[in-house]
Amino acid sequence: MIEERLLAGPDLSRGPESLASHMQRLGPPPSIGPALIDVVERSGLTGRGGAAFPVGAKWRAIARGHAEQPVVVVNGAEGEPQSLKDQVLMTARPHLVLDGAILAARALRTSRIAVVIGESKRAALTSISAALAERPEPELRHARIVMAPTRYVAGESSAVVHLAGSGIALPTTRPPSMHEAGVDGRPTLVQNVESLAHVAQIARFGAGWFGAGTVLITAVGAVSAPGVLEVGSGTSVREVFEAAGGTRDTRAILLGGYFGAWVGAAQAWDLPLDPVALRDRGLTLGCGVVGFLHDAGCGVCETARIMGYLASESSAQCGPCFFGLRALADATSRIGQRGSNTEDLVRLDRWSKEVAGRGACRHPDGAVMLLRSALAVFAEEFANHAPHWRAAPSQPRRIA
Amino acid sequence: MVRASAPLTDQVLWYTTRGAGAVSLVLLTAVVGLGILSSLRFEATGWPRFLTAGLHRNLALVTLIFLGLHIVTAVVDPYTNLGWAAAVIPFSSYYRTFWLGLGTIAAELLAAIGITTLARGYIGPRTWKIVHWLAYAAWPIGVIHGLGTGTDAWSAWFFALTCACIALVGFAVVYRLGVSRDPLADPRAAFRAAVDRRPRP
Amino acid sequence: MSAKAQLAIDRIRCDGHALCAELLPELVRLDDWGYPIIAPGPIPDHLLAHVQNAVTACPVLALALKRAEKPAR
Repeated sequence: MIEERLLAGPDLSRGPESLASHMQRLGPPPSIGPALIDVVERSGLTGRGGAAFPVGAKWRAIARGHAEQPVVVVNGAEGEPQSLKDQVLMTARPHLVLDGAILAARALRTSRIAVVIGESKRAALTSISAALAERPEPELRHARIVMAPTRYVAGESSAVVHLAGSGIALPTTRPPSMHEAGVDGRPTLVQNVESLAHVAQIARFGAGWFGAGTVLITAVGAVSAPGVLEVGSGTSVREVFEAAGGTRDTRAILLGGYFGAWVGAAQAWDLPLDPVALRDRGLTLGCGVVGFLHDAGCGVCETARIMGYLASESSAQCGPCFFGLRALADATSRIGQRGSNTEDLVRLDRWSKEVAGRGACRHPDGAVMLLRSALAVFAEEFANHAPHWRAAPSQPRRIA
Repeated sequence: MVRASAPLTDQVLWYTTRGAGAVSLVLLTAVVGLGILSSLRFEATGWPRFLTAGLHRNLALVTLIFLGLHIVTAVVDPYTNLGWAAAVIPFSSYYRTFWLGLGTIAAELLAAIGITTLARGYIGPRTWKIVHWLAYAAWPIGVIHGLGTGTDAWSAWFFALTCACIALVGFAVVYRLGVSRDPLADPRAAFRAAVDRRPRP
Repeated sequence: MSAKAQLAIDRIRCDGHALCAELLPELVRLDDWGYPIIAPGPIPDHLLAHVQNAVTACPVLALALKRAEKPAR
């Protein structure tokens, strides 16, 4: 069900919540320090950037005896093109996000904070810049803002670390890992803005209060009121659909954005939007994008479009990713445009198995997961796709 | 210059120096050629890529041996009056100061390449590659050294040999410049440019 | 007994020179674009020398012998 915690407060359309309003509503961030790590661990909060890694465990790993001051990187890059939640949070509730940042910094005993914002998100940039300037805490007033390029992989943790450290948003091979040596060789915490916003509330109200927590969902596609919703963790897909003004003619749901997977509508309706529950089912909540494909929409063509996008977003550092995703995208497009054929279906199966796991980052894996879910959910359409050269005049609607 | 009155050992040393020098030049030419073939990812039936790589490495080793022989015999030859200093400090000899100095430089560049290759595991591929590119400097400097230091003693055949070596490397370099063998070079550069947010100097 | 050796690859350094596939066809095959697909799992003892050859032959030092459980493809 809709449950507004992060989004509670003044209407979102009114723009950034001022510091005064924020303080009046919630009070100042509590001065806790490293004891906060226990609280966050007990709350069970998982990261909202896509990987759903337990936040407390992440902080604990960094807090473990390091000589250098760690760096807190607030990840507001939001590379997933359909996702709006991070921009909305940064624009409308900047002080909640910044509370989370300062709490993290104090928990990790550091004064180094960097805020990464996707460069196309101008409203968020304006809001965060203004918010930083009016904060009393010196760590925040001196926090760096780093603009992330509008590329899909630019929000990936290692790319963010690279950007904050050396100015280039390039995903890298991992060792040494970020919690040991990230920005400037320091242990680095990369935390999504939504995760930090939750921390800001957990610090005030406690781990018990958090319960299962809430998640921010971006509903897109065949709904009349697409956009960001905050729902209790475990809310079903159907409830989100209805809250976003959906009608019932849905063929399939894309769960987790382009880094997620297709699920047939019948199987999807009762799925709980909870990161751990979905992971147990072999799915992912990812960055919380839930896309609804209209019944008249074409899963093959939609997948071809997404694959084309993901292929063009490869950083071209690894051959299997760059060439493999391009080949997969081309084969899917061919089926979409010229109709089904056995060779392309065989290629899709073979190449997707060969490409997975052979890149330095998880970009090709995500694309392959999306494709394989499409092959399963839209098996019939893939096998019997008529060429769109001869499509009916009314073109199928596409996910926005 | 004829040294009719020189003792036999001196003549042997003198001829060995020049012979080893010529062999070094030919071998180095082959090594450079193979290196370029390697970067072109050349392969043919019966000629796998690891053959190019293996030959390149082995001939490079043999080159260094002949080069060592060339340097040692030149230094100990009483006629040239070179001290060991001339072998390591460029332009420090009285005998043909400039041309010999070039030889010293070329030899040291090649030694650097050899040493970095042995220490490759420690210095990483990027540093190794940068030093390796000095081969494109070492080879022409060696050629000029050969023509300059020995012209008064050389007959037409050495000149012809040198020309053949120059032709081979020249052709290989021109071909290499016109061809890019890394299929990811362009898209990788384009992506990097797109995500580069470093302040422009 | 020491831990089994694994063949690890740095996917960013790898440029598809494919000397590894030539020298170690038992464990390395090439995909459609010339990049290596490495058989997972520990290296059989009888292939260790060949694996070392392949590691040394790689022009960009993308391969490494690792004595750990971390798998590579």
